[in-house]
Amino acid sequence: MSAALIWIFLPFGLALILGPLRNERLTAGLASGASFILALTAWLLPLDTAIRAGTFSLKIASSLEILGRYLILNSADRPLLTLIYATTCFWFTAAAAIKMAQRLIPLGLGITALLVASLAVEPFLYAALLIEMAVLLAVPLLSPPDHAPARGLFRFLIFQTLAMPFILFSGWLLTGIEANPGDLALVMQAAVLLGLGFTFLLAIFPFNTWIPLLTEEAPPYSAGFILWTFPTTALLFALGFLDRYSWLRTAPQLPNILIIAGLLMVLSGGLLAAFQRHLGRLLGYAVIVEGGFSLLALSLSGTTGLNLFFLLLIPRVFSLGIWSFSISILKEHSPSLRFSEVKGLMRTLPFAAAGALLAHMSLAGVPLLAGFPIRQALWEGLARQSFGVAFGVLIGSLGLLIGLIRSLAVLCMVPESRRWEARESWPERIFLTLGALALIILGLFPQWATPLLVRLPSVFEHLGQ
Amino acid sequence: MLEILNWIAALLALGTSIGLLLSRDWRWGLAILAAQYLSMFWLVNYHWPASMAAVKLVTGWMVCAALGATLRGSTQPPTSGTAWPEGRLFRLLASGLVALATFALAQRAATWLSIDLAVAWGSLLLVGMGLLHLGVTAQPLRVILGLLTLLAGFEILYATVESSVLVAALLSIINLCLALAGAYLLDAPTLEESA
Repeated sequence: MSAALIWIFLPFGLALILGPLRNERLTAGLASGASFILALTAWLLPLDTAIRAGTFSLKIASSLEILGRYLILNSADRPLLTLIYATTCFWFTAAAAIKMAQRLIPLGLGITALLVASLAVEPFLYAALLIEMAVLLAVPLLSPPDHAPARGLFRFLIFQTLAMPFILFSGWLLTGIEANPGDLALVMQAAVLLGLGFTFLLAIFPFNTWIPLLTEEAPPYSAGFILWTFPTTALLFALGFLDRYSWLRTAPQLPNILIIAGLLMVLSGGLLAAFQRHLGRLLGYAVIVEGGFSLLALSLSGTTGLNLFFLLLIPRVFSLGIWSFSISILKEHSPSLRFSEVKGLMRTLPFAAAGALLAHMSLAGVPLLAGFPIRQALWEGLARQSFGVAFGVLIGSLGLLIGLIRSLAVLCMVPESRRWEARESWPERIFLTLGALALIILGLFPQWATPLLVRLPSVFEHLGQ
Repeated sequence: MLEILNWIAALLALGTSIGLLLSRDWRWGLAILAAQYLSMFWLVNYHWPASMAAVKLVTGWMVCAALGATLRGSTQPPTSGTAWPEGRLFRLLASGLVALATFALAQRAATWLSIDLAVAWGSLLLVGMGLLHLGVTAQPLRVILGLLTLLAGFEILYATVESSVLVAALLSIINLCLALAGAYLLDAPTLEESA
C-alpha cells in the first residue's frame, strides 16, 4: 500500500461516492469521519516502516509511480497531511449545520485530494496542472444552480488559469539553471516567469480583485473554504520552490520582494476594508490582508519566519471558518449582506452576528483572540527589520479594525423597542459557541496549537533548518 | 515543405482566432474552435509524434462536442455583448494589433527556443487572441472560448520543450474539465437546486 493511495486516491474516491448522496447529515458524517481518520493516520502511522500486529504486517510505501512520474508523500509530510485533513474535517463538520454538506463536501474532498496530490507530485512543477484541475472543480462550488455565474468567479478562473503556463515554463527554465547555474540571463528569465506565475496564483496585488467579488457573490461558506484551501496550498507550493532552489532561497532581493508584495496586500486590503459596505466583501479584504501577513512572515530571516508562517494558519482557519459560517446564516435571513440590509441583525441572530464580529476581531489582531499572539510576534520581527514596514502593517490592520467597528455599529443599529431573540438553529448555535470558545482559548493559550505545528517546518528540508 | 505547412497552420490559427472573436452564433463559434484545434494539431505535430499530437486534436473536438451538446439543449442560448458595427470593427483592429505584436515577439521566441517561426507565431498569436477575448467579454461561453484559445497557444509552445505523456494527459484533462465547467456555467442559471 502506498501513501498516495491513502491520502490522495481514497479521499478522491470517497468524493465520487458522496456526490450522488442526498442526505446532508450522512454526507457530513462520512466525510468528517473520513477526514478525521485521515488526519489521525497521518499523525500516527509511520511511512516506509513495517507495522506488525501479530502475524499481520503492513508497510506504507511513500512513493507511487504513474506514467513515469511519482506521487511521493514521505514521513516529513505527515504533519502537513495532518493539518490539511484536520482542517478539512473542521470545514465539513460545520457544513451540515448550514445545509451546505451536499454542495461543499464531494467537491471539497475532491479539491483537497487534488491539492494534496499537487504537493506530492514529482517533478513538483506538475503541481501547477493539478492546482488548475482543483480550480476547475471549484467552479460548481462557487456558482450554485439557479444563479447566473458572476464576475468574481470568472476572474478567479482566469487569474488562476493564467498562473499555470507561467509556472510550467519557469519550471522548464529552472531545469536549465540546474544544469548551468552560472547563466544569469536564464536565472532572470526564470525569476520573472516564476514571479508572474505566483502573482496570479497567490492573488498578489493587483491580481486579487476576484477575492472580494467572490466573497460578495458566491455562497459565503464555499468561498471561505476556497479562500482557505487555495491560498494555503499555493503558499506551500511557493515554499517548495524556495526550498528546492538554493539560488532562489539565497537571492538577496527575495526578502525585499516578499516585503513589498506583503505590504501592498496588507495596506490595500486593510485600507479598502475600511470603506466597505458589505459583510462578504469585508471577509474578502481580510483574506487579502492574511495573504500579505503570510508573505511578510516569510520575509523574516531564519526559521522565525517559517515558524510564524505556520503559526498563522490555525487562527486563520478558525477565523475564516467561523466568519464565513456566520455570514452564511446572516445571508439566509436577509436579502443580501449589504450594510443597509443587515442593520440590527444582532437582535435577531445574535450568535451569527457575534461569530462574524469575533472572527473579524481575531483576523484584525484584537488582543485576547487567536490572531493576536502571532501578529504581535510578527509585528515585533518586522519592527526589528524596518520601522516603516511595521508602521505600514499597523495602518493596514487599523483599516481592518475600522471595517470591524462599522460592521459592529451596523449589526447593532436597531430601535431599543425590538426584543432579543435567537433565530439560529441549535446546531448553528452549538457550532458558533464552540468556534468562539476556540478563538478565545487560542488567544489565551496560543501554545496549545504548537504540538500540531512544531513539526511542520521540517517538511521543508532546507528552509526548516 | 513542412515549413510551408506550418505557415498555413499558423494562418489558419490567425483566421480562426479572429473568427472566434467576431462570431455571433455559437454554432459558428464552435465550428471555428474545432478548426483552430486542427491548426494546433499541425503545429504540435512538428515537435511531437503524430499519435501524441492527435491527442490534442481529439481532446479539442471533444471539448467542442461537450459545449455544443450543452448549448443545443440550453433553453437560454448565449447572447452577444456588443452590437454591430462598433464591436466588430474594434475587435478586428485589436486582433490586427495582437497579430502584429505577437509576430514581433515570435521572432525573439523562435530564436530563444530554437523553434520554427511559424510555430512560435501560431502559439503566441493564440495566447494573445485568448487574452484579448478574455479582455472584451464577461459572457460565460466567451470566457471559456478565450481560456481554451489561450491554453491552446500555450500548449503549442510548451510542446516544443516538454514531451511527457503525463503532461499531455493532464493538459487534456484540464481542457476537458474547462469545457465541463463551461457547460455547467452555461446551464447553471436554469438548473434547480436538488431537494
